[in-house]
Amino acid sequence: MKTTDTPPPVEPVEDRTQVVKEKVPPEKAKSSEGGILNAFSHGILIIWAIMVVLPLLWAVMTSFKDDDSIFSSPWSLPDKLHFDNWSRAWSQAHMSDYFGNTLIVVGFSLVGTLVLGSMAAYVLARFEFPGNRFIYFLFVGGMSFPIMLALVPLFYVLNNMSLLNTLPGLILVYIAYSLPFTVFFLTSFFRTLPTSIAEAAFVDGASHTRTFFQIMLPMAKPGLVSVGIFNFLGQWNQYMLPTVLNTDPDKKVLSQGLVELATSQGYKGDWSGLFAGLVMAMLPVLAAYIIFQRQVVQGLTAGALK
Amino acid sequence: MQHGKYRFIVGFLVAPLALYAIFVIWPFVQAIYYSFTDWTGLSPDFKMVGFANYTRMLHDDIFWKSLQHSLLFALLLPLVTLGLALFFAFMLNVGGRRRKGAAITGVRGSGFYKIAYFFPQVLSIAIVSLLFQFAYNPNDGVINGTLKAIGLGSVQPDWLGDPNLALWCVMAVLLWSTVGFFVVLFSAGMASIPKDFYEAALLDGASRATTFFKITLPLLWDTVQSGWVYMGILALGAEAFAAVQIMTVGPGGPDYSTTVLPLYVYQSAFRDANAAYATTIGVALLIVTLLFAAIVMRLGRRERLEF
Repeated sequence: MKTTDTPPPVEPVEDRTQVVKEKVPPEKAKSSEGGILNAFSHGILIIWAIMVVLPLLWAVMTSFKDDDSIFSSPWSLPDKLHFDNWSRAWSQAHMSDYFGNTLIVVGFSLVGTLVLGSMAAYVLARFEFPGNRFIYFLFVGGMSFPIMLALVPLFYVLNNMSLLNTLPGLILVYIAYSLPFTVFFLTSFFRTLPTSIAEAAFVDGASHTRTFFQIMLPMAKPGLVSVGIFNFLGQWNQYMLPTVLNTDPDKKVLSQGLVELATSQGYKGDWSGLFAGLVMAMLPVLAAYIIFQRQVVQGLTAGALK
Repeated sequence: MQHGKYRFIVGFLVAPLALYAIFVIWPFVQAIYYSFTDWTGLSPDFKMVGFANYTRMLHDDIFWKSLQHSLLFALLLPLVTLGLALFFAFMLNVGGRRRKGAAITGVRGSGFYKIAYFFPQVLSIAIVSLLFQFAYNPNDGVINGTLKAIGLGSVQPDWLGDPNLALWCVMAVLLWSTVGFFVVLFSAGMASIPKDFYEAALLDGASRATTFFKITLPLLWDTVQSGWVYMGILALGAEAFAAVQIMTVGPGGPDYSTTVLPLYVYQSAFRDANAAYATTIGVALLIVTLLFAAIVMRLGRRERLEF
């Protein structure tokens, strides 16, 4: 709207102030056009929400049905809650083992990733030494390499070290492949922390190591939480690394175990057991997400926004 | 600060660096070396064969198919995903009806949408793939069941069994599982754009489409760009591997219609016992990934807007 040279008619000006101050809907034609657009885009938003939520709800519902009704009436509610599906999946289909293995692997590798990652990041962020940049880019470059390429030789490296198909081997690999992002993220985080406190501690006679563990780490807590959530989800959901490097049926982790379950239950025709297993794996993460919603979102998006 | 500095630096770097070198860097270096040998992976003996593996690769139809599919995953899929995510994020943050107090708001219920859209992101791609594999089943699957129920009994595609449809089915699943992440990411970016910009544009009579293209997109460009690189790397690597390997028949079928580079590397090495050839395809994947990242970063370079 140009109102500079021609003397403005009074109406539009009034109209404008109305829009801003009183939120009176603009002229008729405009509002109906806006209304259609609004309804249309709101409709798409609702459809997408349904498309996301419905399959998950449907999976939960299906896990309580018996095998016949899964196929005969996929959309109806279960006649009664078949909890036996869940107990069958938990014990007979080894879901309990998969859970246990995943907890061990993710527990150790998460702690290992955070400790080693923050140590490397701290040194790279705060100390000048020859090769600093080189090491930093060595770590960061790892983010864009296709992991699959390394997995072929890594399979034989682990085999030679007798670490293939063992949980400790998997833990070490998880840590190593989580380092690039962790170092990248925490290096920029440590750079934002003030230097004066660490210097004061150093003047007071604290060693570098002590300064790091007692002063810098507590200060870096928000960053550690973000990167910790990112790594937790990545490692908990990891599928490619265990598929290649951990093929022993007794050592399988959750995601591969589920795929295994799908194959074997498919033969047995135990679909309800499979769905119980799927939902069992799905619910803890979803519940954790809903509870820690804000932190999870921050943790997962922080890296890309840096 | 000098006292014991180098001892401290070495002490702190040695463990992470050693782990990283042994399990990440060294295998990459080895992989490139192996691509010039005839190593099978089964026996420790092998000899150098020069570029034989590379020549073979260039004449391998399955390689070209995998490459084509992977490129589609890296270029088309992010385009659709990011486009949809931008639209959703704009609606949720700026697109709302003008209400009292604030000129710029999201549509009603935007908080709920942001939470719900993010659900698939926290689930393992394995779970998502299994769910959809079940839904795509042509006989008992939910999708065809629903089509029947609404009177489209004659339209019963084979989905993952149809060579012309299978790849699109896989892409739809990856789209489904990643859009939410970018909605939330872009929402965070949009929240940092000052409201005055929108208010000024609206005062000048700009439509919502104009505000999107003239204000939101330029100011969000850096985020969109890094999002594209991030999504492309995932779609060239782990995500595509998992989705194709779990969902499709074969896997990679029917008739190689869904095979992707990481899957072909995996199959060559661990199914066909041809580790050297697998690393050759892996090197091609490495080149494609690096080129992709370089091109997207370069094409997208613009003057940085400060605000």
